[in-house]
Amino acid sequence: MIQFILLFSRQGKLRLQKWYTSQTDKSKKKITREIIAAVLSRKPKMSSFLEWKDLKVVYKRYASLYFCCAIEQDDNELLTLETIHRYVELLDKYFGSVCELDIIFNFEKAYFIFDEFILGGEVQETSKKSVLKAVNDQDVIQEEELEEKRSVLEDLGLA
Amino acid sequence: MKFPDLSMSNPIRLRDLIRQIRSAKTAAEERAVVQKECAYIRDSFRDEDNTWRCRNVAKLLYVSLLGYPAHFGQLECLKLIASTRFTDKRIGYLGAMLLLDERQDIHVLITNSLKNDLNHSNQYIAGLALCALGSICSPEMSRDLGGEVEKLMKSSNPYLKKKAVLCAVRIIRKVPEQFDVFQNSIRSLLSEKNHGVLLTATALIIEMCKQNSQALQIFRKLVPNLVRILKNLIMSGYSPEHDVSGISDPFLQVHLLRLMRILGRNDIEASETMNDILAQVSTNTENSKNVGNAILYETVLTIMDIKSESGLRVLAVNILGRFLLNNDKNIRYVALNTLLRVVHADHNAVQRHRATIVECLKDADVSIKRRAMELCFALINSNNIRTMITEMLTFLGTCEPEFKADCTSNMFLAMERFSPSKRWHVDQMIKVLTTAGNSVRDDIVSSLIGIISSAPDLHGYTAYQLFKIIRNDITQQPLVQVALWTLGEFGDLFVSEQYQHTDDQENIQVSEEEIVNILEKILNWSISTVITREYAINALMKLSTRFPSCSDQIQSVMTVYACNMNLELQTRAVEYTALFTKHNPIRSSIVQRMPVLVSTQTSNTNNEETTYEQEDSSSTNGISSVTQNEPVEDLFKILDEPSHTNGSNNLNSHNNIFDLLNSDDQQINTSSTPLEDILFDDNLPKSQSNNNFTSSIPSMNVIDKNGLCVTFQFEKQDQLLLIHLQATNSTQTPIKNFTFKAAVPKTFTLELLPPTSTTIPSNNTGDIRQIIKISNPNKEKLRMRIKINYSYNDSQMNDEAELNSFPQQCYN
Repeated sequence: MIQFILLFSRQGKLRLQKWYTSQTDKSKKKITREIIAAVLSRKPKMSSFLEWKDLKVVYKRYASLYFCCAIEQDDNELLTLETIHRYVELLDKYFGSVCELDIIFNFEKAYFIFDEFILGGEVQETSKKSVLKAVNDQDVIQEEELEEKRSVLEDLGLA
Repeated sequence: MKFPDLSMSNPIRLRDLIRQIRSAKTAAEERAVVQKECAYIRDSFRDEDNTWRCRNVAKLLYVSLLGYPAHFGQLECLKLIASTRFTDKRIGYLGAMLLLDERQDIHVLITNSLKNDLNHSNQYIAGLALCALGSICSPEMSRDLGGEVEKLMKSSNPYLKKKAVLCAVRIIRKVPEQFDVFQNSIRSLLSEKNHGVLLTATALIIEMCKQNSQALQIFRKLVPNLVRILKNLIMSGYSPEHDVSGISDPFLQVHLLRLMRILGRNDIEASETMNDILAQVSTNTENSKNVGNAILYETVLTIMDIKSESGLRVLAVNILGRFLLNNDKNIRYVALNTLLRVVHADHNAVQRHRATIVECLKDADVSIKRRAMELCFALINSNNIRTMITEMLTFLGTCEPEFKADCTSNMFLAMERFSPSKRWHVDQMIKVLTTAGNSVRDDIVSSLIGIISSAPDLHGYTAYQLFKIIRNDITQQPLVQVALWTLGEFGDLFVSEQYQHTDDQENIQVSEEEIVNILEKILNWSISTVITREYAINALMKLSTRFPSCSDQIQSVMTVYACNMNLELQTRAVEYTALFTKHNPIRSSIVQRMPVLVSTQTSNTNNEETTYEQEDSSSTNGISSVTQNEPVEDLFKILDEPSHTNGSNNLNSHNNIFDLLNSDDQQINTSSTPLEDILFDDNLPKSQSNNNFTSSIPSMNVIDKNGLCVTFQFEKQDQLLLIHLQATNSTQTPIKNFTFKAAVPKTFTLELLPPTSTTIPSNNTGDIRQIIKISNPNKEKLRMRIKINYSYNDSQMNDEAELNSFPQQCYN
């Protein structure tokens, strides 16, 4: 099971975080700081795996973003690399050539995509198509609602 | 008439806020922007404004990502969830997952909304509810909503099914009793076609089996189904939807393999059913990309863990060997990790890859180096000890400081076990100490001293070698300590040339003054640690009798140190000064050469404790903090393996020695010194009579301290070794409540017969006798740890010893 996942920039700014264990805010901040420091200090020649407390941290850098996943001892590290890659592919497909700015300005969409791919720390869907369809369908519902609201406000002369 | 409040315009949009924050030039500026916006948001929450709640909560989530407090938004998330609009719910649930967790009381409040949404006709709304439940549910929520989740698991909609199954995973993690609720639905899940459902169902079964051994029995029946699913995956043609670089749904494959591992463990029937498919996956999976290797890795883990046939295991080790040659460092890391886990069970197979493993010592990655090092130590045997130690010495010279302590300890153990000759052993250890500098653990010093002491023919040689080194360099404390002890004991041997030179030695004439001067220099040097100086002062004292010409010089040193600030040094110096003056007649007998030390029989039991009991983690930096067994601990487990690798190795014998010590099962072994080994002939006839204690195996003095003398005499009876223990007391006071305890490695069996009494009369007028029976089916080298307790003059005394050098005849 994935215990938590962190996305951060090369300057150490957090862009996305998802926790599947219950932690206080203070402890989340502390853990985040430690992991970011540990990952940023790794040299390029090193492997993508870190030992941290009793967890394994798998990280991979895509352009200016580090994707960091903390898994348990009996999880498969190489597969976790594939999981991270799959998430990046999903983001890429959704945003069209995704870059860090997309994730900054549309962080809630990044979360929505993530929640269609992984649930409770486990992968729920292995078909890229299905994940993106679910996200897109929900986006459509949102847009329809927005249209509705706008037209109501226009009717009232308040738009 | 109320004019519209023009200042109260629409709240700024999310992207505008983000832009504003990002354009702040300093941290203070950013804080100002955020605080202003948060204040506005707090106000608008208070005004119960529905229209913009969604936007405001989204903004709040953004600032919380930056690290600012956002707890005042928790209640708002609840209101959003309760709204009928999908947009609101979407943000509301996201907010709940980010801002609430089960520690907060508030989060129970969403239970009702969840219940409603779980039953919503819109699958996406139900999906949102399931997602939130699966991420943050508490035990109470699990109990309340478990039934709803189970209902959804039976839904015909795979979208909801898979989410419900993962919810169930979390629920049974939180509330294991809920297992009964879900277990009936499993079988039907596995017959679905939808990959998402199959994947999540596998995850659920894995979780159930982890919790509950009863589940293992039930689900083992599903192994043929799993095999079939996996087979279909790899045999079926290209399916674009689930394909990753030509491999069909690697996530599902890995999960199935993992489940098979759990089900096949310790079960021969299940393991047999899996053999074919495992072989097929191993040979057919494309290994050029990471995804294929991920599957191969999982397959190897499964093969090694279940009761697979040996051909399959060899195949697995070979896959790992290939991994080691892969350019991708991740794959090398994973291979080394796995090899470390299997090296004991499949020793010979792993040996074949030794050369590659040694190469990995030079890797740039610290974790890879550490694993390679541990693996190297696990692979050392009597055949490769020389080359391996040379390799490890090279490694020691270039490795990071955090490795040095472990490396030296392990090298020491390996050499103790396998070294071809004493001289080589001593040479290598000196090299180790020279290379490792000050990172050597304390117990190594005393162990090395023990080794040097036990090789009498090498005393002069060793003293000479050590002298040559410290003549040039006295910075390395452990080395200097060993040198000081050796020179103190045996310095006179090489000065007067009472030892054998080998041909490649330059015969430097060393004078007595030179030695004493070096010792004095070390003693006076401020960089020397207190321990080193204590050694130095002792050594000087010993030399005062061995080098009579320097006696005056030494005496003046002692007088100087009698005023030293350090209490220990001062005490010693004062005592030694007394030895020069008042007690001069007994000086030579006090500092006489020590008898050969029997293994590490020291009175400093604490030191031994740290060597043999749980090693605390070496203090490595945070990044490379190792969670695996310390290499020293692992090596102890290996120490108890029989030298012919048969499968029934008990890896915990060393730790169990102490368990046995605490129980009443006590047995005592005796050991003879190596000298006696050399002196006695192997061909002496063994006597069988019970009363005849003059057997061919030499007897041994185990304890001779404070008037208590314990000896062991051996007798071989068929396959058993009988030890006759005799304890005498030469003091004026009887010894009472005398108890012996002993422990041996697990491959031996001990039987301790009751002693004749627990009191030893004084003045050697009587004794205690006890018989110990030892059986040694594997014909291993005997080792034993003993402990004695007794009361003497109303005080409790105890003593411990580790006995390592038993006469060969005991176990041949």
